[in-house]
Amino acid sequence: MSFLEINGVRKTFGQSVAVEHFELRAERGEFVSFLGPSGCGKTTTLRMVAGFERPSAGHIRIDGVDMTDTPPNKRKIGMVFQSYALFPNMTVADNIGFGMRVAGRPRAEIRARVDEMLGLIHMPEFARRYPAQLSGGQQQRVALARALAAQPQLLLLDEPLSALDAKIRLSLRQEIRAIQRQLNITTIYVTHDQEEAMSLSDRIVVMNRGRIEQIGGPFEVYNFPQTGFVASFVGTLNVLPAEVVDAGAGRVRVDGQEIALGKPISGGAAGQRLSVAVRPEIISPNGAHGPQANQLRGSVEDVTFLGAIVRVRVRLGASAVHFDVFNNPHLAPPAHGDLVTLRFPAESCMVITEARNH
Amino acid sequence: MAWLGVVPFLAFIVAFLLWPAASIVVRSFLDQQGRLTLQNIADLSQPFIVSSYIYTIELSAVTAAVGGLFGLLLAYAITVGGLPSWARAGLLGFSGVASNFAGIPLAFAFIATLGQLGLVTQWLKGMGVSLYPAFSLYSFWGLAITYVYFQIPLMVLIMAPALDAMRRDWREAAEGLGATGWQYWRFVGLPILLPAILGTMALLFGNAFGAHATAFALTGGGSQSSVVTILIGAQISSDALANPGLGNALALGMIVIMTITIGLYSWLQRLSERWK
Ligand SMILES: Nc1ncnc2c1ncn2[C@@H]1O[C@H](COP(=O)(O)OP(=O)(O)OP(=O)(O)O)[C@@H](O)[C@H]1O
Ligand SMILES: [Mg+2]
Repeated sequence: MSFLEINGVRKTFGQSVAVEHFELRAERGEFVSFLGPSGCGKTTTLRMVAGFERPSAGHIRIDGVDMTDTPPNKRKIGMVFQSYALFPNMTVADNIGFGMRVAGRPRAEIRARVDEMLGLIHMPEFARRYPAQLSGGQQQRVALARALAAQPQLLLLDEPLSALDAKIRLSLRQEIRAIQRQLNITTIYVTHDQEEAMSLSDRIVVMNRGRIEQIGGPFEVYNFPQTGFVASFVGTLNVLPAEVVDAGAGRVRVDGQEIALGKPISGGAAGQRLSVAVRPEIISPNGAHGPQANQLRGSVEDVTFLGAIVRVRVRLGASAVHFDVFNNPHLAPPAHGDLVTLRFPAESCMVITEARNH
Repeated sequence: MAWLGVVPFLAFIVAFLLWPAASIVVRSFLDQQGRLTLQNIADLSQPFIVSSYIYTIELSAVTAAVGGLFGLLLAYAITVGGLPSWARAGLLGFSGVASNFAGIPLAFAFIATLGQLGLVTQWLKGMGVSLYPAFSLYSFWGLAITYVYFQIPLMVLIMAPALDAMRRDWREAAEGLGATGWQYWRFVGLPILLPAILGTMALLFGNAFGAHATAFALTGGGSQSSVVTILIGAQISSDALANPGLGNALALGMIVIMTITIGLYSWLQRLSERWK
């Protein structure tokens, strides 16, 4: 029995289906992200776990107890919102102590716990400030402390960093993960930022149009996407239109140049059209992958300097391929118009026929 | 030339606020012949004037409190309370009309329902309940009920947007932390709304204090125990007993009371808004 169990959950709003066939088991202390594009049902699912929405079907169990019909104030959850949602009329200390106050804990205990939480978020000197006197990042740390103060069973975060600027987002992300590990609290983290999901999570639930596309660790989801959607949503992907040359030998043609896929194309026939996907960081120009590697020739069309890496776009007839090279101050990056030969191993090709359905 | 844009505003303030107020102040200290005097101010201590002030303050405070409370509850029902949208549209539309429904039409509407021969009075009588003489529409409570009729809608109109602006996140954050609905209102909802509630109640107080036509139509203007605006009307009217100097002094008294009300309100509001 897992700590959190979401069984066959479905949610409809009138005629429209927001979430369907949602199945998830999370262990105590696990950090799970819901990742997907806008409107895919992440928030709706999280709100069902919190108790703000009632599932149209299915069950939610926390620590073995069926919570499907339990109101939110009886679920012992800590929730962090994108908008911080601190109570503007209370000081930082009163915000953090709110959960214990409404639970009728003794004053001394509340004070001690608030101090402890202020230490945890590195803001002990801010106890007497009001939310309006804090920066966005500080407000969100207070919101995190408030959610954790009453020792909830579950920590639920809905895009907690989306309203913050890039630098703070990065540091707060690490802080959230550190605190979560320290308290070993089961956490669900909603985001549409794949980098955030990758860097934080034990497991990622990739969602699209109200359904789960794949559940897996970051390494698994990134390197072995099970559907075309996951492949293209997680990370950057080159998707090349191709035509089957020899299904049994796994050979296809991309813009008149033949490449190998390293495995037979199941159910494919010569002349059939499909798409081949390759990650930009797998491709390297010129010799790197050895003589057996696939080769595609083209000319450099665009060079984007991204700091640590340089992303290069190469034109191959009708399609274009991106590849990444590490920045090297002693080596000039490719230039517009250069003719290059791109190499990548056959096994790194992903074949996309269509999005898989459950 | 930046100040040019403010000229209409300043002109308005001077013409409709400062000039009349200054004229009231000055003329409170002039006698019928235009000589400087303190007699008008001294005359304010006459028992019938003092009791009129007390009467008016009580009437305004009671109707502001009752109107404020019921208006708040109604505004809550159509916003956070989740009444269907037709109820909301209906109540807001009605409030827009009723908050402006004062003066003689309102008085006659009440006379026709709660007057001695009014519809409701007669209907209750038929059921064996006689309102009169225990109640009279022309008494303090009669006047209060009539005033509440425009006080409640005004409160609804001002509080509904304030309640709409309450963020759902606050409520959900509180619930997630284990708060009951009552605890949410006690610790979060009401404290956040308090400045708006206080401000609107001050407005209701002033609204009742300055009302004239409704009271005039109900009491006929003759009664001794009456609202201040009627006394002022009597003093500046053209009949022989009138004393415009005293009328101005009465108006000055109203200005003083309204100033105290506004001062009290700003002080309370600052207290309730420490966190802003
Ligand atoms: N209260 C509601 N009434 C009707 N439809 C709703 C309601 N809440 C959500 N939906 C719909 O359900 C679907 C999923 O919404 P949800 O908010 O869960 O998406 P999301 O994945 O959180 O998106 P985002 O990244 O934009 O926050 C959307 O199509 C949305 O329009
Ligand atoms: Mg969302």
